[in-house]
Amino acid sequence: MSEHMLPLTEIRERKAQAVRPNPEEAPRPDLREELYELEARGELIVQRVPEPYVEVTTKYGRTKKVPIDRLWHHKSCGQCGHIPGYTTSILWLNRQFGIDYLDPTDQTSCTGWNYYASATSNAVAQILVMCRNFAAAYETGYYPLIHCGTSYGHYKELREQLVHHKELRDQVRRVLDKLGKPLVVPEEIVHYSEWVHVMRHRIAERQVVDMREVTACVHPACHYYKIVAEDAIYDPDIYGGQRTATVTALLQALGIRVADYSTWFDCCGFGFRHILVQRDFTRSFAVLRKIEVMKDEANPDMTVTHDTGCVTTLDKSQFAAKAHQRRVGVPVLADSQVAALAMGAHPFRVLQLHWHSTDWRPLLEKLGIDWQRYWAEFEEDLAAIERGEKPGLTWEDAEEPVISR
Amino acid sequence: MSVMTWSPTKGGERYREVPEERKRALFEEVKSDPRYPDFLYGCYECGICVSACPSARFYDFSPRVIAQALAREDVDRFYEILMEDIWNCAQCFSCVRCPRGNNPGGLVTLMREVAVRHGLEQAQQALQGYSRVIYKIMLKGNQVSPDMLQPDFFPDWGPWVREFSRNMAVWRKAIPVDTLRNITDAAWRTDDKTLRELYTIWFETGNMEVIREVDEGLYELLVEIMEEELEAAS
Repeated sequence: MSEHMLPLTEIRERKAQAVRPNPEEAPRPDLREELYELEARGELIVQRVPEPYVEVTTKYGRTKKVPIDRLWHHKSCGQCGHIPGYTTSILWLNRQFGIDYLDPTDQTSCTGWNYYASATSNAVAQILVMCRNFAAAYETGYYPLIHCGTSYGHYKELREQLVHHKELRDQVRRVLDKLGKPLVVPEEIVHYSEWVHVMRHRIAERQVVDMREVTACVHPACHYYKIVAEDAIYDPDIYGGQRTATVTALLQALGIRVADYSTWFDCCGFGFRHILVQRDFTRSFAVLRKIEVMKDEANPDMTVTHDTGCVTTLDKSQFAAKAHQRRVGVPVLADSQVAALAMGAHPFRVLQLHWHSTDWRPLLEKLGIDWQRYWAEFEEDLAAIERGEKPGLTWEDAEEPVISR
Repeated sequence: MSVMTWSPTKGGERYREVPEERKRALFEEVKSDPRYPDFLYGCYECGICVSACPSARFYDFSPRVIAQALAREDVDRFYEILMEDIWNCAQCFSCVRCPRGNNPGGLVTLMREVAVRHGLEQAQQALQGYSRVIYKIMLKGNQVSPDMLQPDFFPDWGPWVREFSRNMAVWRKAIPVDTLRNITDAAWRTDDKTLRELYTIWFETGNMEVIREVDEGLYELLVEIMEEELEAAS
């Protein structure tokens, strides 16, 4: 063996040690410093994270502020359109903790799904869509909390491009002037799963559903931690600081067994364009590289993730695979839904599980939740709506936790 | 085998009839994007990007070859990739674990933009069946909406889609979130003023011209609706 080569045992030992990066040695500069410089030159406004906030550690050991209160919910089109229990659970959690929040109508999607799918846009338009939403949030005095993993990743990248390219800033400012909007950039781009992450112990304090018998596999969302990787939360106590801590830390706080599987780094197969017009790729990848691997290596009761596309892909891809006798049948939930369920939220009024395709009944039964009872209640809601007795459900109908210890 | 060995002589075999100037002009358009220098720093040929790439497992696709072709300014190979490979990328950005800091997924995005801007046939083929999504995103500011969940479009999602389709109206009313309740043609309720601002962005940034290259009929329809909205408000 060459004197320069490390023995395998030492490599393993090093890998077993938690990673505690020194921010002074970060491979990339801190973008926030550049933002403050631009602000000092009068080029833009930096929206500060309001108090109270929690400080967390990110990939390179830097500190990131995650706001707790005064949140402007930047909703996700894929969640609101096709998995509404995802959004409902986030807002339900906010309401349970008495958070002052806004659910704005002055918001468009980031349009990033379309951009990654079809490229029928351009950098200036994409930055402007972001800045228009940020200005709308700033005008209200609330801080943007981004629901979609793709919006979060897209905005991080667009923010970087805006900061690094004066020509883009000039073009963006020209159109914002026309719209009568200021050029505002938040000092932290914050994903809702980061809010859930910092609230996890408070969520666990109010847990009413015992989840210790449940095994979960975590799918970390690509656009959360791969795009502008340094903004994602890492914790030496979770995976030794070698993978993002969001989602996993929540599940552990709730007593859920988190089982590892070898293809954790793989994407879900969403593909942006593929999920809409070329799903043979999406189905194959989701089943062969994710669900079957989880099933074979960990046999989880559920898969938990934190992004729109991942929930959609992993959930909806399992039906066709079942017809081909593939090893599928793993219910897929967002972390917000798991947290809400743990605190006793109604499985249908809040989690809206009837929008999910893969069978979630065995999971609820394992958790000791009488889903038939709650479904019967929800069917009564639907019947009342159809009879015209009520226009729809409101928070008054869904606010109260219904599951007790 | 999906991981292709780099071969400078391989490029251009299938596109000999395309003039070198045409290939060079398209390449220069990609290279002139202000983001290009941030996405490409060189390539070790280590293949880490390929090992992380989902598309490399299922298609004859390699992010390493893309980075190599662009770094070498091999316009023949570039053209081949532009015509045959870029629409296979899943845009997950797993490839950004590149030790050189390359962003092959980002390079694909730039190439796609150029392919769309020039109305290349391959771009139009890749986006077949996609027009209704463009209609929705440009007009409503949402990629998807409940009324797009139709059994004929998602047959592989099983009987759930049919059940949903039957119950969409009442299920949407049974959502406690104010901005979602009873909304079926968009993901949430959006202010008219917000949408007008979005239309202004599309017009001011040349985005509508991009749509024209993809689908002229759709472009005309969108322009008519948007201009009517903007004029009514002014």
